[in-house]
Amino acid sequence: MKKLINNPEDVVPDALQGMQAAHGDVLRVMIDPHYLCRADAPVQGKVALVSGGGSGHEPMHGGFVGPGMLDAACPGEVFTSPTPDQMLEATKAVDGGAGVLHIVKNYTGDVLNFEMAADLAREENIEVEAVVIDDDVAVQDSLYTAGRRGVGATVLAEKVCGGAAEEKRSLKEVADLCRKVNGNGRSMGMALTSCIVPAAGAPTFDLGEDEMEIGIGIHGEPGRERISLAPAREVVERLAGPIVEDLSLQQGDNVLAFVNSMGGTPLIELYIVFNELKKLLSGRGVNIARNLIGPYITSLEMAGCSITLLKLDDELTRLWDAPVSTPGLTWGA
Amino acid sequence: MPVQYDDVVAWVKAFASAIEENKAYLTQLDSAIGDADHGTNMQRGFQAAVQKLEESPGDDIGAALKGVGMTLVSKIGGAGGPLYGTFFMQMGTALAGKSELEADDWATALEAGVEGVQTRGKAELEEATMLDALLPAVQALKESVGAGSSLEAALVKATEAAQGGMKATIPLIARKGRASYLGERSVGHQDPGATSSYLLMKAASDVLATKKAS
Repeated sequence: MKKLINNPEDVVPDALQGMQAAHGDVLRVMIDPHYLCRADAPVQGKVALVSGGGSGHEPMHGGFVGPGMLDAACPGEVFTSPTPDQMLEATKAVDGGAGVLHIVKNYTGDVLNFEMAADLAREENIEVEAVVIDDDVAVQDSLYTAGRRGVGATVLAEKVCGGAAEEKRSLKEVADLCRKVNGNGRSMGMALTSCIVPAAGAPTFDLGEDEMEIGIGIHGEPGRERISLAPAREVVERLAGPIVEDLSLQQGDNVLAFVNSMGGTPLIELYIVFNELKKLLSGRGVNIARNLIGPYITSLEMAGCSITLLKLDDELTRLWDAPVSTPGLTWGA
Repeated sequence: MPVQYDDVVAWVKAFASAIEENKAYLTQLDSAIGDADHGTNMQRGFQAAVQKLEESPGDDIGAALKGVGMTLVSKIGGAGGPLYGTFFMQMGTALAGKSELEADDWATALEAGVEGVQTRGKAELEEATMLDALLPAVQALKESVGAGSSLEAALVKATEAAQGGMKATIPLIARKGRASYLGERSVGHQDPGATSSYLLMKAASDVLATKKAS
């Protein structure tokens, strides 16, 4: 294992202290229980957004804390859900009297821990709603699985809901918007290489030099199928095809196209992927009205990418364009 | 001879040691179908739980187990935190105020703990989870105790049932948790949660066998 760390056990607190050192003007980092929140929290009268999940997906979620996006983020150990005590402390720290929305990715651990945290917060008379994001079309949503995983649409939901919360919309309205993003957003990812969890010290899975994994999750968990390496054009067809179908995209639809790096894939390759995606969608008469390209929801050093499409309407477009000022995403502010 | 407070502490410690010894094995089972963190997470959680038990001695078994559950919830993370945490918290609630346990107290408490796991995780038998080891163990324990066996003998039966349930997860398609994303590719792998749950039962029967021998 070659990593720029001091000690595998200290990866999360060391990185959090680094975030405090770099971004202390916009966010506060709390250690034990670990959480990050806006430096000006709680913002009175505003619905507060709290998200969280395992570490290793940076900049998600800590890098999305700030005006226009999250009020707090709870980082777990690498690829491990955070715990209810973290979520409770974060929820209390950011509650400005208008209620708190928990944005939860659909992974069993995240869901169970956020459920316990919401129970605890309600016992302290804080109004909490939770929305579970499950946008990954690689997973069959059936009675026989834990359901679709929450991946790329989480970033988009955090941005859109952050915009709505700044407009002082109610908890119910912000939660409904979150469900709307989840209903109109779909994703699929792929990996060219595995990744190494620092505490494990070895690759999570083996992938041959000439192989790639289609439908990978964001934790290096194996995906849907393993196939031979193929040109970017074919990879985009395999990822975007099921998304377009699942969203029933029609000629004339506007979408936000999010091409994400899993951590190890450089921007030059993401632009190749984006170009192929643009061609594929143009061929079907679908217009890319907005885009986001870069590493935003990563899987440590894994090489690979994911594609997320969000069907846009005027409201979602306006809230996407609203000012945001976080370490990971900044515009208009 | 009834089970004392110290025996319960010895059980938690024995399980913590078993986790320590099997940390790499549990992580290896998890990396085949999950995210390679079960061994590490359980070790972190139970190390903290043992430390808490040592720092605050007492004689209320219910309170001690509840404290173990709370520590696990805040230290394990993943799905294991809420599930093992709920197990101990529910056992603790069922044993509130007790400083000695008879065989039927154990059976009642274990059943309450396992019901808690089932409610929190919303899983059934044969979905390749902890419950595949725990549900048969509860069943065997209740039957043995009901038939008048000693607790030592009943726990041996429960451990055998847990081991059988753990091995029975190998041919199953996982239907809960991260392994369920693999569908048929989860067949042929022993569930890591069922494995740690078997170790939990084994720790109980080992501790009571040692007590009887001494």
